[in-house]
Amino acid sequence: MEQRYFQPEIECAPYEKIREIQSEKLIKQVKHVWDNVPYYRKKMEAKGVTPDDIKSVDDLYKLPFLSKADLREAYPYGLLGKPLKDCVRIQSTSGTTGKRVVAFYTQHDIDLWEDCCARAIVAAGGTNEDVCQVSYGYGLFTGGPGLNGGSHKVGCLTIPTSSGNTDRQIMFIKDLSATILCCTPSYAAYLGERMTEMGYGPDDIPLKAGIFGAEAWSQEMRESIEKTMGIKAYDIYGLTELSGPGVAFECCAQNGMHINEDHFIAEIIDPDTEEVLPEGSQGELVFTAVDKEAFPMIRYRTRDICRLTREKCSCGRTHVKMAKPMGRSDDMLIIRGVNVFPSQIETVLLNNGYAANYQIVVDRVNNTDTLDVQVEMTPEMFTDNVGEVEERQKKLVEGLKSMLGIKAKVSLLAPKSITRSEGKAVRVIDRRKI
Amino acid sequence: MSVQQISVFLENKPGTLKKMTGVLAAHSIDMRATSLAETKDFGIARLIVDDALSAVNTLKENNFIASLTPVLAIEIPDEAGGLDKLLVVFDEAAVNIEYMYAFSGGKDANHAYMIFRVADTKAAEAKLTSKGVKILSQEDIANI
Repeated sequence: MEQRYFQPEIECAPYEKIREIQSEKLIKQVKHVWDNVPYYRKKMEAKGVTPDDIKSVDDLYKLPFLSKADLREAYPYGLLGKPLKDCVRIQSTSGTTGKRVVAFYTQHDIDLWEDCCARAIVAAGGTNEDVCQVSYGYGLFTGGPGLNGGSHKVGCLTIPTSSGNTDRQIMFIKDLSATILCCTPSYAAYLGERMTEMGYGPDDIPLKAGIFGAEAWSQEMRESIEKTMGIKAYDIYGLTELSGPGVAFECCAQNGMHINEDHFIAEIIDPDTEEVLPEGSQGELVFTAVDKEAFPMIRYRTRDICRLTREKCSCGRTHVKMAKPMGRSDDMLIIRGVNVFPSQIETVLLNNGYAANYQIVVDRVNNTDTLDVQVEMTPEMFTDNVGEVEERQKKLVEGLKSMLGIKAKVSLLAPKSITRSEGKAVRVIDRRKI
Repeated sequence: MSVQQISVFLENKPGTLKKMTGVLAAHSIDMRATSLAETKDFGIARLIVDDALSAVNTLKENNFIASLTPVLAIEIPDEAGGLDKLLVVFDEAAVNIEYMYAFSGGKDANHAYMIFRVADTKAAEAKLTSKGVKILSQEDIANI
């Protein structure tokens, strides 16, 4: 397959060139923040750093971190880098974790964000001949607006269905021959499930690629979606704090996401000591948005746990790749003192032949944490033989034990008993009152 | 001729069995026989109906997991020792029974009907038929 890029001169630039761009932008950005964001300037002063100390990317470590707590404290205007008259848009997080983030954009910020999304679409094989259906939510959520803008930049015919109304989604995919689908992976799985129910096999579905992000999903879930719809499923990564989807995206190699390094400098730190870790280490991902004017995040702690690699990629892009985050440190459950990521549980379920329709219920009974993995029964996993169904259930318990290191209960639920999500799936119910 | 039994997965919580019977009632599906196998965590309802294929599809359309399992249906006299006599033949034929349930009634009050699940339905059928046991067909069930 011929490799195509949206901005080849940047996406395939030699490493030295990227560092040069980053250094130049970082110096400028730190000055901008020092002059325009008193909240961050105070943080710099507290650490004894001034813009003069930042001469290249190598000095990045000297700067103070920003975290979700800072965003809360500075809400709504405390981190604004431009006067409101220069801002053209806000986007906001869902606030599912109780911490709503409001991010501001100038037209320049929107442009660079849409460029990033366009790079992702082209990396997934998109051209101006494609029909791109954006089934992410539109509105405050960044998913819809980001991919919509990227799709326009690539020149795709864009179908802005937003999320929901599943049968209408499928009607548009079929009737307008959509070739690229953008949505959350859990919604993609649900769309696939519904298509199968309607009698559509992979050959009846015109889609060739999917760009799925905004929540954690496993390799097994990718394979299942790819098989059901007959597509290639690509991961995309982003945070509202940094613009939205497109901070990083997967290429045809499908083994990690290229970070748009000309806009976002990535570091991996030890979440406890805050020390920068060498390449290849697992730790918390930290981003510095060097190009954003209105909401200039510097050393923003994402809480996502992952690794970075500079290994040469077969797609020809030179930007550093991040592995699929194994979880967010704030998604991470601590059960009986053990760290558990929902993605690990998903991997075990899919490996054992179940579908990704599950819920994780954590409770505390007699001062002991309980973990109940509730998964829907599937026709494939059901037999009339009680012993065999119990045997499969036991295998699942053993698989979870070996993956997580703790014992989990497995409950088999009736099909369709877990509410299907049109956006981010609710995977964890934590009933512990601590 | 074996009979198709419907096996339905039931989540272990109040109301699931009622949900299933509700679907059957709404579609006027008459159960000839039923039994419920339960474990700590889930149950399997087993049903014998006149038109198994259409009933299993109805259940699937209503989001139940249901499958068809071949079972042997055999008529015995409804009297003391009736089942024992039949099991003598099973014994002689060395047919192992995985599970069994019974129903009676229908037009003929003098008979009871046994449903047997065995590992190899075809082989068991051949052995039992050769020993003079009459295995009921799906039509026989519908005519009871």
